[in-house]
This record gives sequence, C-alpha cells and structure tokens, in this order.
Amino acid sequence: MGLGADVVERGAWVTASQGPLSPAGDETEERVRRVELLISNLLRIGVSVSLVFMIVGTIVSFIRHLEYLSSAAELQRLTQPGAAFPHTLPEVVAGVRDLRGRAIVTLGLLLLIATPVVRVAVSIFAFIHQRDRIFTLVTIVVLCLLLLSFVLGKVE
Amino acid sequence: MFGSLLGLGGGIIVIPVLTLLFKINIRYAIGASIVSVIATSSGAAAAYVREHLTNLRVAMVLEVATTSGALTGAYLAGKLSGRWLYIIFGLVMGYSSLMMFRKRHETVGEITRSAPWADYLRLHGRYYDEALGQEIVYRVVGTRIGLGLMYLAGVVSGLLGIGSGALKVPAMDLAMHLPIKVSTATSNFMIGVTAAASAGVYFMRGDIDPFVAAPVATGVLIGATVGARLLGRLQSSTIRAVFVVVLLWVSVQMLLKGVRG
Repeated sequence: MGLGADVVERGAWVTASQGPLSPAGDETEERVRRVELLISNLLRIGVSVSLVFMIVGTIVSFIRHLEYLSSAAELQRLTQPGAAFPHTLPEVVAGVRDLRGRAIVTLGLLLLIATPVVRVAVSIFAFIHQRDRIFTLVTIVVLCLLLLSFVLGKVE
Repeated sequence: MFGSLLGLGGGIIVIPVLTLLFKINIRYAIGASIVSVIATSSGAAAAYVREHLTNLRVAMVLEVATTSGALTGAYLAGKLSGRWLYIIFGLVMGYSSLMMFRKRHETVGEITRSAPWADYLRLHGRYYDEALGQEIVYRVVGTRIGLGLMYLAGVVSGLLGIGSGALKVPAMDLAMHLPIKVSTATSNFMIGVTAAASAGVYFMRGDIDPFVAAPVATGVLIGATVGARLLGRLQSSTIRAVFVVVLLWVSVQMLLKGVRG
C-alpha cells in the first residue's frame, strides 16, 4: 500500500476536461488531495472514538454488574425485547454523566451513526474552499435530504 | 470483512447470524445490522479514500439520488406489500449477477462514448491498481442512467431498511462502466450515508440495543479494516467472481422470502 500510494500521490485526479497543462492544475490537484486526506482522517477519528466509547462502556458495565460474568441468563436478558436501554438523547447524556456503561456504549454508537453525516457536512466546506459551485450545491442537497429523513423519521 | 471488500454493508450476513445463531430478536438484529453497515462503510472508506479507490465526486452526485430515493422509500413503506418487493428485488439482483458474470472476461478498455454529464461534472478518475502494478485511468459514462438506478436503490433501502450495496455496485459497474474496484469502494463510501439516515430512525424507535449493536460493530470494524487492505491487492476478476456469487445467493434468499410470504 505504502509504495502504491506514493506513486499516485501526484498526478492523480487530473481530469480530462481540466487538462494536465492548465496552470491551475497543480494547485487544484493539491486541494483535492487535501480534501481526500481530510475526509479519510475524519472517518478514521469518528470510527476510533466511537470504538473507544463502546469498549470502555462495555467494561464499565461488566465492572458495575459482575453478575453478567457469572450468569449467562442475566446476560441473555440484555438482548431480549423489553430490555431497558437509553434511546433518546437526554437519556444518553444523563446516563453518561452517571457513568452508566450502557449509556457510554450508546454514545459510541451514536458517534458512529453521526460520522457519515459529519462527513457530508465537512465536504460542503471543502467544496466551497475549492470554489466548486456545482458540487457545493450537490453536497448541500445531500445534507438537507439526510436531515429531512431524520426529521420525517421522528414524526412517524 | 466481506462487506468492505464487495461494497456491501454485510447486513445480509449479520441479520441471519444474529437471529438464527444467537437467537436475538429480529428488531434488534436489524438495528445492529444498520449500525454494522455504517461501521463497514466508515472503517473501510478511510482507507479507500486515501488510496484514491473511492471516486468522491461520483459518490456525491449519486448520493443525491440515493438519499431522495430513501426518502421516497420511507414514504412508500407500508403502502407496498413487502412480498412483492422481495420478489422484484430478488429478480433485479439475479439479473444483474448474470450480467456481471457475462462481463467477467472484459478488461478495462478505452471508452469512447460521449459522456456530457460526466464531462460537465468532472467525474472521470484514475487509481493505482496494486494487483496490476499500474495506474488505471477511467472514464465515466451513463451518469443519468446511474442516477436513475441509484434512486431505485435508495427506494429499496428506504423500504427494507438496508444499505442496498448489492444494487449500487452493479449500477456503477454495468451502467457507468466504473472499474469494479472503484465501484465497490465508492458503493462502500455511499452506503454509510444511506444507513445513517435509517439508523437515526431506528435509534429513536428504540431498535438499537447497545449490547447487541456494539459487539457487532466492533467486530465489523476490525473486519472492514482487514478487508480494506485486501481490496487493492486482489485481481479485479476475483472480486467480480466473489461478488457474482454473493449477489446470486442474496437474490435467491430474497425470492424465497417473497414466495414464502
């Protein structure tokens, strides 16, 4: 991977219509590359942070409820219908404040869910920075549709 | 791991394993699978974007179609019979797996068809193929057909609550002539957004059980990272062959579900 990445580092993503000889080509390329790195890092951070929360939360749960370790039935109850777990934002926030394992795990899951949404939002700024009007618009539309689906889902 | 390799979310595998093997309630299984789709997508995309395998511009344009399709699907849900949906979905996937099978010997050729939309939106790209040891330059065609198909894929994911990577990859492969590696990486990138929209709804409904979803997500994240390392190195024809088999399997599953009711 390391080898290949270096070879393509430069010269990638110059598109036909742009032409390799256009004076702005090199600069644009550099900008595009930066956006790719930004998005890649963003996804990596989102994933790692949520992973940490999920693991820490699980450990906290087991420490606070040692019976989970000794009794399979207790553990089984966690995954059955009717199991009590937070599923609204205030509940999660309150739970995390009390250092409840379940709430910390849920926070991790929420961060995981939010990662792609944040990715789209950050792309908007990236395209504005690149002065790419069409793609700024395209990305804004995607974000709006995404947020709309959250709102509509809540109503149902 | 399979998910990240093939541009699928892996919900197809996660749901049966959780319900049949671990006897977990189907509601929580679906909730966990949605989360695992996001985990696969974000985990693998971090690597693919860095390696230029993901075509960000194509992904952005097509996401307009998938998200609006997903909204339509969510609206239609309940108004359409799930049974027919499964049958239609199964037939579509069976057909696309056959088409992809027929294309198996085709190598990346020079595409001379005009592509006004793709030119205007500057969608063409290039990537470095580790298996071939050379840079592949590709042109994108059929943007409008691709958008139409993505809209349908979005409708399906809104209706069934899945990432529908199984529909996205054939659409990019067959209609837009993207190289298979770019198709799977780009589909992978896009399913995260589609799934995030559904995941919010599932979460508020209380269908995401942290102790079911978190272990699945953790496992899938590790698998996705491993899978992402593999994709660049594998032969395109191998990826295509595996994809065709999975697609056929899913289409049979869907048809069975539809026929049984």
